[in-house]
Amino acid sequence: MIGIIDYKAGNGPSVLSAVTHLGYRAQLVSQPERLLEMTHIIMPGVGSAGATMNSLKELGLLEAIKKAVIDNKVPFLGVCVGMQILFDYSEEEDTGCLGFLPGRVVSFDRKKVRVPQMGWNKVFFSKDMGYEAKDDYFYFVNSYYAVPEDKSHIWGIAEYDGPFTAAVCKDNIYGTQFHIEKSGEAGLKLLKGFLSIKGGSFSGYKTFDSML
Amino acid sequence: MVTKRLIACFDIIGDRVTKAVNFKDNIDVGPADELASIMYEEEIDELIFYDITASAERRRLNIETVKKVAERIFIPFSVGGGIKNLEDMYEALKAGAEKISIDSMAVRNPRIITEGAKAFGSQCIVLSTQVKRTQKSPKIPSGYEVYIDGARVATGMDAIEWIKRGQELGAGEICLNSIDNDGTLSGYDIELMKLASEAVSVPLIASGGAGKPVHLKELFTETAAQAAIISSMLYSPRMERNYKVAELKEYLLNENINVRPFSTGKEA
Repeated sequence: MIGIIDYKAGNGPSVLSAVTHLGYRAQLVSQPERLLEMTHIIMPGVGSAGATMNSLKELGLLEAIKKAVIDNKVPFLGVCVGMQILFDYSEEEDTGCLGFLPGRVVSFDRKKVRVPQMGWNKVFFSKDMGYEAKDDYFYFVNSYYAVPEDKSHIWGIAEYDGPFTAAVCKDNIYGTQFHIEKSGEAGLKLLKGFLSIKGGSFSGYKTFDSML
Repeated sequence: MVTKRLIACFDIIGDRVTKAVNFKDNIDVGPADELASIMYEEEIDELIFYDITASAERRRLNIETVKKVAERIFIPFSVGGGIKNLEDMYEALKAGAEKISIDSMAVRNPRIITEGAKAFGSQCIVLSTQVKRTQKSPKIPSGYEVYIDGARVATGMDAIEWIKRGQELGAGEICLNSIDNDGTLSGYDIELMKLASEAVSVPLIASGGAGKPVHLKELFTETAAQAAIISSMLYSPRMERNYKVAELKEYLLNENINVRPFSTGKEA
């Protein structure tokens, strides 16, 4: 069973619709004990990092997420703000986040580009994650983006005010800054890849060190 | 870089898409969910769904139709019509919409923009507005006036001032429709879109008047609009011919306009 974390203001229903369309059994989950029964967990995201962290706290989900992701190594996918909160800290509302990946989340340069970024942008992937990740266009809505400390965690990049992190992964932890559930067939294909993994880690790929 | 978007806009009555000229004489086009599927297959970038009689009939948005559409498309999807409060917004989002479009209600109660942006994020709130050319005056310095209630009622408000205020109140996107050009197939109101796209920093969706591919080129080269609504071109039975999204994309790419190419993930 695929668990989609259901919290106030999240777009869980859209993610659920995409996952069930792909033929997987899935449910919206807001109780900690239910979350620990899931084979895969998706953390959808809309709105701000602060509000998202507060919702998770209020629902008492922080410990369960940590247990599932860090101890049990359940494949986890964070989408948009759901990816941003994987890092230590977000500039948005000065928010402390989950800290699963070292790094921080910063704002696009409002002097250079329109913020939020809203629309389809091309993502270049560094590696296949045990399933094919093809360079393609995905749908973004974001004002902030992650800057991982460890560049090997960068899975995909795109260009806005400069190159920025569009997707990350480390072991069983994945994140896409774009809305994978709203990125047409390209998004569904990538989502299917995530849903078909059994966990485990990946190594031996190129990184974007030279580009960032 | 982020690409220019082509958006299909559905005017919905019940569960059917209709097409009007100058907000009158709606003719039936087809079932909303079927047409949404076709647009998705054609790789439209986004979809907007307006329940056009909800406000006038003083009822809430048709949630069942929103759900039926949302189950069949995996691209961004905005809904509008009959949205009066946060609860209505929440219902629409729960039904699978990404963004909420507010129009007349925002004029009557501008606070709803801020409330919606606070509850669901600015990216979720689209301020949609209908504007008409008028004499420039101290009260309407841009020469464009805001209309509400299906473009029937003049408000005395300046269009450019209103969208700037909408942005300040928290709207994450502005959708601007030219009443004069709507349904004429004679092209977008370039002067209006230029003024508007320079007045706000959030994305501007231009609406009203697209009839030929060259109109999209004009819009994207002469203004800073980031998205264009095309409806008649895609499916109006009144058109001499309809266009496929793919041919519009190909045309725009040939004109060096950055759009998401057709069939990027699969064979053409």
